[in-house]
Order: sequence, then structure tokens, then C-alpha cells
Amino acid sequence: MAELVGYGVVLGSIITLGAIGLTLIYGIVRFGNFAHGDLMTLGAYLALLLAARLFPALGVSDSRLGALSFGWVMLVSFVPAMVVTGLVAVGVDRLVYQRLRHLRVPPVMLAMASLAMAFILRSLIYIFWGPDFHFYTSGLRPMLMLPLGIKLRPDQIFIIVTAWVLVVALYLFLQRTKMGKALRAMADNPDLARISGIPTEQMTTWTWIIGGGMAAAGGILLGIDSQVRPEMGWILLLPLFAAIILGGIGNPYGALVGGLVIGVVQQVSTQWLLPAYKPAVAFAVLIVILLFRPQGIFGGS
Amino acid sequence: MDIVRVLHFLAGFTITASIYAIFALGLNVHWGYTGLFNIGIAGFFAIGAYTSALVTSPPPSGVRADYVQQAIGLNLPFPVGVIAAGLVCGLLAILIGIPTLRLREDYLAIATIGIAETIRRVFNNERWLANGPQGMVGLAQPLGELVPPNYYNFVYLAIILAVLVVVYIALERGIRSPWGRVLRAIREDEIVTEAAGKDVFRFKMQSLVLGAAIMGLGGALYAHSVRAIQPSVFTPLFGTFIIWVMLILGGSGNNKGVVLGAFIVWGIWSGTGYVIDRVIPVAWAARAPFIRLLVIGLLLVGILLTQPQGILGEEKQVSRMM
Repeated sequence: MAELVGYGVVLGSIITLGAIGLTLIYGIVRFGNFAHGDLMTLGAYLALLLAARLFPALGVSDSRLGALSFGWVMLVSFVPAMVVTGLVAVGVDRLVYQRLRHLRVPPVMLAMASLAMAFILRSLIYIFWGPDFHFYTSGLRPMLMLPLGIKLRPDQIFIIVTAWVLVVALYLFLQRTKMGKALRAMADNPDLARISGIPTEQMTTWTWIIGGGMAAAGGILLGIDSQVRPEMGWILLLPLFAAIILGGIGNPYGALVGGLVIGVVQQVSTQWLLPAYKPAVAFAVLIVILLFRPQGIFGGS
Repeated sequence: MDIVRVLHFLAGFTITASIYAIFALGLNVHWGYTGLFNIGIAGFFAIGAYTSALVTSPPPSGVRADYVQQAIGLNLPFPVGVIAAGLVCGLLAILIGIPTLRLREDYLAIATIGIAETIRRVFNNERWLANGPQGMVGLAQPLGELVPPNYYNFVYLAIILAVLVVVYIALERGIRSPWGRVLRAIREDEIVTEAAGKDVFRFKMQSLVLGAAIMGLGGALYAHSVRAIQPSVFTPLFGTFIIWVMLILGGSGNNKGVVLGAFIVWGIWSGTGYVIDRVIPVAWAARAPFIRLLVIGLLLVGILLTQPQGILGEEKQVSRMM
């Protein structure tokens, strides 16, 4: 059981990275981004392109970092993959969602468009990379025995640490900087934010960059944990929504707790259920929250 | 090319397009008339198909029993299977509606996507239920004894068209009734409708159940047209997304429009498949379906941006009394 909780924290850290962006976008751009899972997939593939194709092609030599299954090339690939995914998210916003906002369509139409974007992104990934599974690195990935019967791979400890570094960085950004404050104000009350002179379109752009970048990091970490494949992010979409509804929509700190809870519940459920039912477990949690506390545990934005 | 082959092709095309038209009509009840954001059509599709398959097929016997498992096999006639499919989907809709219909509209979307994904996984992993990933084969062909097997498509085409016409007429009447006007009022403004004394939750539930039941009929008709169903068929792409494109392209809130949309989008899907298979190199064959998916996805975004009301747009609905 302790072992499953350990895996749950790994998965939960990954879900959190996706959920924070999703909930910020929900709060600030005001629609459910059904393409968010596929942004995670895109990030994972961009890192694959860099770490497994581009750097080796440039003749960059790489060696494993300590007990990890990958080297510094992988670490270097994080930043460009996150930035490019963020820019893709901004580009999609400019090309599609911003135009729809200007047409003053109801927010569900934006959600609909994001569903279309999910299929478009995934079909592009299939077209460029094909339907096969990929690994960032080959070779064995040894297990570490930790106290309390927890077994984790060094890679998985790296996943938890990286996710939390990013979460803390985002926390400091939201709490300590003027822009972070403006973003929180917008998530809280967009009309009030606008009349207070906060440039809302600029804030929207930053939301997409942050959301896309965090999603990319989550996707890369998911790829490190298991493998890189075209459906990896889409499968995570239900857990992402379950996490943000659990934590209260628009509330990034709620998404953090929600992500961890959903991750742990999903992994612990494999004690009794087939692993194939993990998304269904996230869905069951979601329904229970909707029935008893639809505003989420911590309340929405 | 001889005329018989052309007719066979047209019959096959019309059968599939008409089944999709039935799904699109069901979705039009949800989204077009009531504003219910259902993106889990695949779930109702699967439940409809499997219900009819389990109701109409006999329990496996003899050698078949060694490799086919199914929870029930009632061996009842085709119409019973189709009606059961509609009823079971209606019940499922009630279960989904209870936690979601009082909440904001996108919660229903998330719940429907969740139920669709859960249903597909249950049929894939619970072999005792409906034979797991292998699925069920050899489903009943209604009126199959009327004609030689290679002409059967024309008989089934007649059955499908009959169902499509009945559903279409029933919906047109329903939508023009006072009940239909309440649904459209809910779509336009829930709070005003509530203030006018209508029980919004009840009307939304009725709409959800009716649309789901129609999707159940569609699923059953699909099952008996291909005669073999596996969980892998009921994907978000073929089970949900393409139907949304049909609805938006043809004209949400217009029954004629969504039927037209179903035929156009299925035509584009079949046509691009035909072209891409001949144009792209063999090495790319595994990626060909995704080029078509890209085309369909771009088509939807293009319509949303340039012609959000679709080809026909919503019809002006006036009461028969005026």
C-alpha cells in the first residue's frame, strides 16, 4: 500500500503540473481547455525531438546523471520544450480562441473549439512522429528501496522534485510579483480586474505561456516515468479535470492538492481494480465531488 | 464500373451516413435545442450497440461457448433490441443528469466524456459481460431471409431510412410544441426560464434522456449493420467528435441541417480516405487516418470561426398556432 501511495505521489505531481495550468486558464480565459492533455503530449514529444534526435544528431555526447536513466541533455531539453509549448498555446489562442472571444460567442463554444484543437494537435503528433511508443533513453531503470516499504526509481524521485520546484516557483511568481497578483485578481474577478486597469489580453497571453509550459513539463515527466506516446495526455484529461474540480476551479493551490489526491487515489485503486480503470476511478471521484461539494474543497475563484 | 456496384456503394454509404444522422439528431436535442454540452456520445453509442447485441443474440452454445462469453443472450427479435437500447441509454442519461444538470454547463461535458471512457474500458476489460476486446460477432440481420445475402444492404437501408424518418418527424413535432419552446428558452437563458415558472432541471433532464435514447437507437442500428462490435470502435473520434462536426457544419438547432451535415461530413471522411490512400506513399499508410482527422478538425475550427451557425443555420421556429 505504501508503495502504491509512493507511485500515487509521482502520478499526482505530474497531474498537478497539468491541473495548475488548466485551472488558471479556466479562471482567467474562462473555459475548460479540452486540449490541455494534448499540450502535455506536445511537450513530451518536443523534448523527445531535442533529447533523443536533435542533440545526438549534433554530436553532443551525453552520459547518465548519477542513478537517473538520462543525462543533462534531457535537463537542457526541458526549457525549450516548455517555452515552445507555451508559445504554441499562445499561437492557438491568437488564431482561434481570441477570435472567438471577439465574436462574443458563449464560453462553451471555446471549449468546443479546444476539443477540436485537441484532435488537431494529436493528429499532427501522429503525422510527425507516428503511432509508436518512444522512450527518452533505453536501458534498465533500477529501483530504490526507501523506508516504509516505498519502492521508487531514482527517475521518479526526480519527477517529484522537479514538479515541486516548478510548483514553488509558480507560487512565488503568483504571490510575490505584480503580474502574479494581477493574474490572481483576474481569476478572481475579470471585470473588476479590467476596470482596475489590468491589461486583460496581456494577462491571457501570460496565462497560456504558464499553462502551456507547466503542461509541457508534466508531459515530459510523464514520458520519463513511462513512455512517450500520442494518447498519453488525452488519457490524463479526466484526472486533470477531476483535480481542478476537487480543488475548486480557478484556484491553483486547490489544483495542487486535487492533483495529488487524484494521483494517489488512482494508484491505490490498483490494489483492487485493473490499472485500466484508473481514469474511471478519477471519474468516480469527480462525480462524488459534483454530488456533494460542486464548488470544490477549497472553493472556486 | 457497373451500375450494381455503384448502387451497392451508395447503399453502404447511405446506411452509415444515416446512422450518423440519427446520432446528430440526438445531439441536436441536447446541444441544438437545449444547450446541453454532451461530448460523450460514444458512451451512449456503445451502450446502445451492446444492449441490442446482448438482447438479440442467443446465449453462446456448442463450440462457440468455449471462446465467446456474454452476460446475457436473450435471443429476442431486432425491434426489441433497438427499443431496449433506447431505454437503457435513457436510464443512463438520468444517472448522468442527476449530478450534473444543476451545475454549470461544462460539468456535463466532463461527466459525459468520463462516462464514455469508463464504458469503453468496462467492455474492454470485463470479458464475462460482452466478450471483452474481441467483442460480439454475427449479430442478427432483421428480415435477412427476404433477399439473397449480397443484396441485404438494400433491405437494411430501408429499415434505417424508416427509423431516420420517424425520428426526424417526431423531433420536428416535439420542437414545435410548447415543450420544445421551453427547451429553446433554457438554451437562451436559464434564469429567465426559471423565473417564468418552468422547472428547468426537469426539462433539461427530459432533453438529456430523449437525446440519449435516440443515440441508443443509433448504436443499435449500427451494431446490426456491421454485425460485429468491439470496444475499440467507440472512440472519442468516431463516437463523438465526428458527430459534433456534423452538427456544427450542418447547422445546430436545425434538424434538416444536422442530417445534411451528417451526409456531407461522412462524404468528406470517405472521400479524403479514398484520395489519401491513392496519393500518399506506402511508408506513410499508418499515418493516413490522422491526415483525415486533421482535415476534419480544421474543418470544425474553420466553421466555428467563419460560419458558426453552420450551412443552414437555425430555423425560425413558430408555433403552429400562429
